[in-house]
Amino acid sequence: MKSDSSYGQVSHLPKHRVSKPLEAEAVLKPPILTDAHMARPADPAVTGFVLSLLPQTDAPILWVQDHASRRENGHLYTPGMTIFGIGHPVLCVTVSHPRDVLWAMEEGAACAGLAAVIGEIHGAPAVLDFTATKRLAMRAETSGVPVYLIRSADHATLSAARERWRVAALPSQPHPYDSRSPGNPQWDVDLFRARGRKPGRWVAQYDPGAGRTADRLGLVPRPDDGTMDSGDQPVPDRSRA
Amino acid sequence: MERWIRVISQYRTVPGHDVPVVLSRDGPHGPVVHSTNQTARGRGIAVGNRVVDVQAIHPDLHVESADPGGDRALTGRLVHWARRWCPWTVQDVDHGIVLDVTGAAHLFGGEPALLRDIGQRFAMQGLSARVAMAPTRGAAQALARYGAAHTICTAGDVAARLAPLPVAALRLDDTTNRLLTRLGLKTIGLLADVPRVALMRRFANVAADRNPLVLLDRALGRAPDPLNAPPERPYFMARANLPEPVIDPVPHLAGLVQNLCRALAQAEQGARQLRLTIYRIDSECRAVQLATSKASRDAAHILRLFDGKFDSIDPGFGFDLLTLEATRVEPVSLQQDRLDGKRDATTDIAGLLDRLTARLGRDKVTWSTWQETHKPERIEGHVPALQGTPCPPPVLTRERPIRILKPAEEVSVIYAVPEGPPSQFRWRRVVYKTVRHAGPERIAPEWWLDRPGTRLRDYYKIEVHDGRRFWLYREGLLHDGRGDAPRWFLHGFFA
Repeated sequence: MKSDSSYGQVSHLPKHRVSKPLEAEAVLKPPILTDAHMARPADPAVTGFVLSLLPQTDAPILWVQDHASRRENGHLYTPGMTIFGIGHPVLCVTVSHPRDVLWAMEEGAACAGLAAVIGEIHGAPAVLDFTATKRLAMRAETSGVPVYLIRSADHATLSAARERWRVAALPSQPHPYDSRSPGNPQWDVDLFRARGRKPGRWVAQYDPGAGRTADRLGLVPRPDDGTMDSGDQPVPDRSRA
Repeated sequence: MERWIRVISQYRTVPGHDVPVVLSRDGPHGPVVHSTNQTARGRGIAVGNRVVDVQAIHPDLHVESADPGGDRALTGRLVHWARRWCPWTVQDVDHGIVLDVTGAAHLFGGEPALLRDIGQRFAMQGLSARVAMAPTRGAAQALARYGAAHTICTAGDVAARLAPLPVAALRLDDTTNRLLTRLGLKTIGLLADVPRVALMRRFANVAADRNPLVLLDRALGRAPDPLNAPPERPYFMARANLPEPVIDPVPHLAGLVQNLCRALAQAEQGARQLRLTIYRIDSECRAVQLATSKASRDAAHILRLFDGKFDSIDPGFGFDLLTLEATRVEPVSLQQDRLDGKRDATTDIAGLLDRLTARLGRDKVTWSTWQETHKPERIEGHVPALQGTPCPPPVLTRERPIRILKPAEEVSVIYAVPEGPPSQFRWRRVVYKTVRHAGPERIAPEWWLDRPGTRLRDYYKIEVHDGRRFWLYREGLLHDGRGDAPRWFLHGFFA
């Protein structure tokens, strides 16, 4: 028994030892550190994509932006977040150097009370190297807080992220009532590197009725070789010839 | 009035001594005089007169608004300062301070010397004080407000000293005061001569703190009137005297923090603000300030907040004394952690806020606040996370972008009709062609807030050929009489 004050006493219960997760469980776990690359400059599609991935809780989100990404991609405008079903309070951290972004994200990733940690870094600075992303990934896996790194003007340099996406805007769906105005947004999402999951390319859109609890994203596979031409013939069977 | 002169002299020139100055406060029928200076008193302006009447008589009168809240706060601070004379001091109504100097006067060379000392100390602060001493609290305040200066009244002559004072000195309310004056009982002496039974019967329904008989008994010492002095604010400081000067404070910090936290734990308090001061050997001192979002006495947490804080501190040739003070404390009771050994989420976030703020700065870590306004960029405000509380974003009826540019960037446009959407625009040296558009959504300036020349905005949501959706606006209309041809701005992006 340790006494903490003159009035009360605190008993310290022995800590339960946590066993290491099995490999099979690691596959089923939600992605922990996720890189989301902006395919084009100032493309906000990646923000919508990340917001659709966030879990729906009441816990706050930590959103860290460096100076360059605020200038190039704009400030986060939280009233617009409600379109993506996000009602979290947002703890905004605005810093000037990417080094501080990484530090703040690492602090946030260690804090289990947050719903998610989202950082934005513009222009692949030298501090954002493999070691930095590995530190982030390990912090996040210890605490279980999903961490998203939005990278812009970045040619997908080395990263320890468990999933790496490249997101670009697509022409939106037709508006149900007005053919001249844009409808629901669609994004071209390209999972080009992933651990425990097959890479692929999809057309994604925000879909609140997707039926899954983890995210609200509707994914439609996107063939890489385009649509079939009307003049195409089936390939002849060589064994018969 | 004196506090007003001290405050105002920091910002602008104080009116001269020959100008009558009054401070006004709101009365039931318009502003009334709250306080006057010497010249105004000399001209016969009394407290409680209506300001419009006084201004009509004295056209050169200088009127300022009073700050009763600030006056009360100053008196509250002076109460604690007055403990230099005796341990029991309490705030009285109408800028009064009551000191119970029983057994303390001989330390200052007797009662007259004590009163002189009090008057001098207040004068050194630029404040004038009317001081009186009496065996009871009621008699002392009556003599201080209505009697001669520096009156000392002994137990034997309380009744004699109080007798010539007006009944208002007993601090009756206006109704009772007027009634007694109408009855001819204008002084306390006359009131004391009236038989008790008559007074008791007449004022049977008046509450004790306004009842003339009760107040008279208290002033004359026939009824108890105890003093309930507020406790001293707790003060927590840990200090480390070093045998010889050192340059690096970090090795000594852990011990200091532990000492402070132990003291805080004993008093069941937690620190909200901390200050570490180093006293250099060239008799200079340097300080580092810290704040926490939630009262804390966790030594490891506080120690972590000091990480990297000493890079900016200049130790000079070394220092030999370190102090760590808790400048603001709040009561903290013990908290039950969760039974499964995990930490509570709210304490986690409070600790995170502290660490982020300590390293990045107060204004860099913010929660959002919401305002009801038309302008989209003003809807969201930011408060430092240590002061604000988290609140979720409001639900808006119209679609809003996910990112905005601050400030909006001007674009050059080509349009088919000046009132319509742009068919093509150039932003950051890239030309975008409009494929689809929605709008306009007209957002007018708030006429009750903005300057008259402010132009309205027509917002368009524009989708370009590669699928990106921009939020553009045209500021004003052609020929709206508020400037040249309207300019176009890019304000935000839709996801």
